[in-house]
Amino acid sequence: MEHRYIGRPVPRKEGREKVTGRARYVGDLTFPGMLFGATVRSPVARGRLRQIHFEGDIPWNEFTIVTAKDIPCKNCTALIQEDQPCLAADFVNHPEEPVVLLAHADKYLLEEARRAVRLEIEPLPAILTIEDSLARKQVIWGEDNLFKSFHVDKGDVDRAWASADFIVEGEYSTGAQEQVYIEPQGMIATANPRDGVTVWGSLQCPYYIHKALGVLFGFPKEKVRVIQMETGGGFGGKEEYPSMIACHTALLAWKSGRPVKIVYDRAEDMVATTKRHPSRTHHRTAVTRDGKLRAMDIEFILDGGAYLTLSPVVLSRGTIHAAGPYFCRNVRIRSSAVATNTPPHGAFRGFGAPQSVFALERHLDQVAKAVGLAPDELRRRNFVREGETLAIGQVIRQKVDMAHMMKRAFELSDYYAKRRRFAEENLRRRVKKGIGFSAFLHGAGFTGSGEDYLASVVGVEATPDGHVRVLAASTEMGQGTNTIFTQIAADALALDYDQVEIVQPDTAKVPNSGPTVASRTSMIVGKLVESAALGLKQTLVGAGFLKEGYMPAEFAEACRRYIKKFGPLRSTSQYSPLPGVHWDDEKYQGDAYGAYAWAVYVAEVSLDTLTYETRVEDFVAVQEVGRVIHPVLAAGQIEGGVAQGIGYALYENVVWQEGRMVNCQMTNYIIPTAMDVPPIRVYFEEMPYDGGPAGAKGLGELPLDGTAPAIVNAIENATGANITCIPVTPEVLMEALESALA
Amino acid sequence: MPDTPQETRIRCTVNGRAVQFHAHPMARLLDVLREELKLTGTKDGCGEGECGACSIEFNGELVNSCLIPALHAEGTTIRTIEGVADGERLHAVQEAFIACGGAQCGICTPGMILAAVNLVERNPRPNEAEIREGLAGNLCRCTGYIKIFDAIVHACQKTGSNQ
Repeated sequence: MEHRYIGRPVPRKEGREKVTGRARYVGDLTFPGMLFGATVRSPVARGRLRQIHFEGDIPWNEFTIVTAKDIPCKNCTALIQEDQPCLAADFVNHPEEPVVLLAHADKYLLEEARRAVRLEIEPLPAILTIEDSLARKQVIWGEDNLFKSFHVDKGDVDRAWASADFIVEGEYSTGAQEQVYIEPQGMIATANPRDGVTVWGSLQCPYYIHKALGVLFGFPKEKVRVIQMETGGGFGGKEEYPSMIACHTALLAWKSGRPVKIVYDRAEDMVATTKRHPSRTHHRTAVTRDGKLRAMDIEFILDGGAYLTLSPVVLSRGTIHAAGPYFCRNVRIRSSAVATNTPPHGAFRGFGAPQSVFALERHLDQVAKAVGLAPDELRRRNFVREGETLAIGQVIRQKVDMAHMMKRAFELSDYYAKRRRFAEENLRRRVKKGIGFSAFLHGAGFTGSGEDYLASVVGVEATPDGHVRVLAASTEMGQGTNTIFTQIAADALALDYDQVEIVQPDTAKVPNSGPTVASRTSMIVGKLVESAALGLKQTLVGAGFLKEGYMPAEFAEACRRYIKKFGPLRSTSQYSPLPGVHWDDEKYQGDAYGAYAWAVYVAEVSLDTLTYETRVEDFVAVQEVGRVIHPVLAAGQIEGGVAQGIGYALYENVVWQEGRMVNCQMTNYIIPTAMDVPPIRVYFEEMPYDGGPAGAKGLGELPLDGTAPAIVNAIENATGANITCIPVTPEVLMEALESALA
Repeated sequence: MPDTPQETRIRCTVNGRAVQFHAHPMARLLDVLREELKLTGTKDGCGEGECGACSIEFNGELVNSCLIPALHAEGTTIRTIEGVADGERLHAVQEAFIACGGAQCGICTPGMILAAVNLVERNPRPNEAEIREGLAGNLCRCTGYIKIFDAIVHACQKTGSNQ
């Protein structure tokens, strides 16, 4: 197949609409007779709901009021399990849990009314930390507060300790992180008994919402319709919570008989929706004198919040990534996601891996120190190679050369020279400099047998004038879905870029190509786009309307003739398990992912020992992601991910009080600005992967995994302080430096 | 909208056109632009002047329209994202955002483009520090800003070569 578009920086498909302000987001939509909706939420972490009081000087008879009693079928926001109520009925299990919904045409009066609803709640003791949950001080979920646990057992860890030259232990923790997509969450719904429910919204996964609405209303599939509007960033934050807002707007629309719009303001979005799971990881590592890893014993715990939501899957990815891109004969990983009375934690780019990779890459610097090796030399002696196995028993069959990537990253960042120079200069400077790195991998696509269960479908159809429309539920949220699918379809069919259209994701029109998550859109869904497009061509060629080597105009003529004779011209492609790739759910072993992206990141920092301010001065990101479909979009993904990783490492501190985020504003929850980002220098190694379109692998989540540990390793290089938690705020740094001196 | 006692008539120039509307004096200019004038390209990201998604030019100055009471608009000249292109002909900064990958999800883009246009109109040859400072009030969560910096440099080169 000749590639006219793949590998080239074609203009973003919807770029013109975005730069002119014409792109339509849910907040920009207004329907005739539309009401605005608001959510009354629990003020406490845990309690028994006694009564709801409608107080104040409010014309309550003008309001549509919905409580759990109004739910037509099942009171839950269905996802993996059905444990999370759509509206709390008898108990509340976290602060900001939705209890009452209100709708009114006047949004200012609506806000007054929201404040005039008083929830009478008898408080119950709450679980607010991982430690208290594990100790079962209260049992707040199931029988033991455990949403899910995994065990990985490779070799025999217990026998390895005796023969180890060194045993190195460490404990690491990471904080919650808020996605801060710049467009807050929102939905509009219409609902009536005849047509069922339709929602328009800002979302990543149309079919997740479709399922949740079906369960809530007890409707058959055809009576539920979900349409994605332009989506102003997601990063995982619009994976599961949009189902909740869709259910709320739909309930208000159902009861009022009018369209209802709910758009959160920033404070509500931050305080109520999901964030990255806080984590705690314990490492115990046996290593020989020459730096060979003999045993890795890892305990990995995630704080899941009050309901199960996606925690088992986040935990699974975090567990599998916990032992990194290293070969070790004996690995034991015990992991759990535990319940606490905080809002449920959820999907955020990286999905469990940034937490466990942070711990590992910080820990390996400590292991290197204990052995007396340079951190790069320790890793070089343990990188996994073709034919060797990862912790979960997956044999590496594709080409991988981590040592080469490390060499390249070090050359580009001038790593060795800087390390020497900084060590010397730091002795006489108040502003210390340091350079550090991380080495890591990220699996693309759903974990384990996830893709087999999803069995995603993509359609491609042609119009009589020779335009091709791609039908998929995969959403554009900035990462480039529209552009990449267009490149793939145009090249598969030898068409011009403008001959391909991407159909707006709408469950009444597009098949279920799965959720837009897990670095799966380019690799898994893109491959389906490619094969559906090739199927369409074969149909035309097979019917005798087209000969290979055609011009775009001849394609149009063939479509016209085919459609006239046979009717609609459409081709679909469904995912089928990859040959030779096998995952055993029972044993939790096997090929966890069809492909991995591999990377080495180098961070250079400076930190002021008077103000304790840390700055990232330079950043080099070298990664192998298969064939790069679009060099500008791909680099943009890495740069944006690195910036989020810088925030995760240094600034983004969710402050909790009784299970509630108290700094739920952009004023006091700080993300990187244009003043804070260093030059981010992105380099790709390209080793085409057969399972992806034109050889592409997934890359969207990768940069979140390795950025934070590279930065904190650089801080240790600058100061000697072994900091084990993120974010490294000035307060954390001050404490670490003062205790290092003491 | 009826002229209720609480509301006042406000006249101003928006994107080169004289407009008048009725609004509560303390209504946010952002809401008036979006709801009364249907200029929905200006976005609401935080409502407290931190993110810059609602950036507009107000008498030539870059401001956050979420912080401006509608009454202040009386007699002013306003430019929103809808007034940046000349009909279908994009501004050099808009072209450069497309060419360089400066827009991803697009929600910060209108405000970011106004910040960039405001910068290059004041300073046609900004250096890197000046670009960073010019965009310091506009948050982007997608790009890490690098491609936005590229776009501004590219737009300035392009405009320069045309002169």
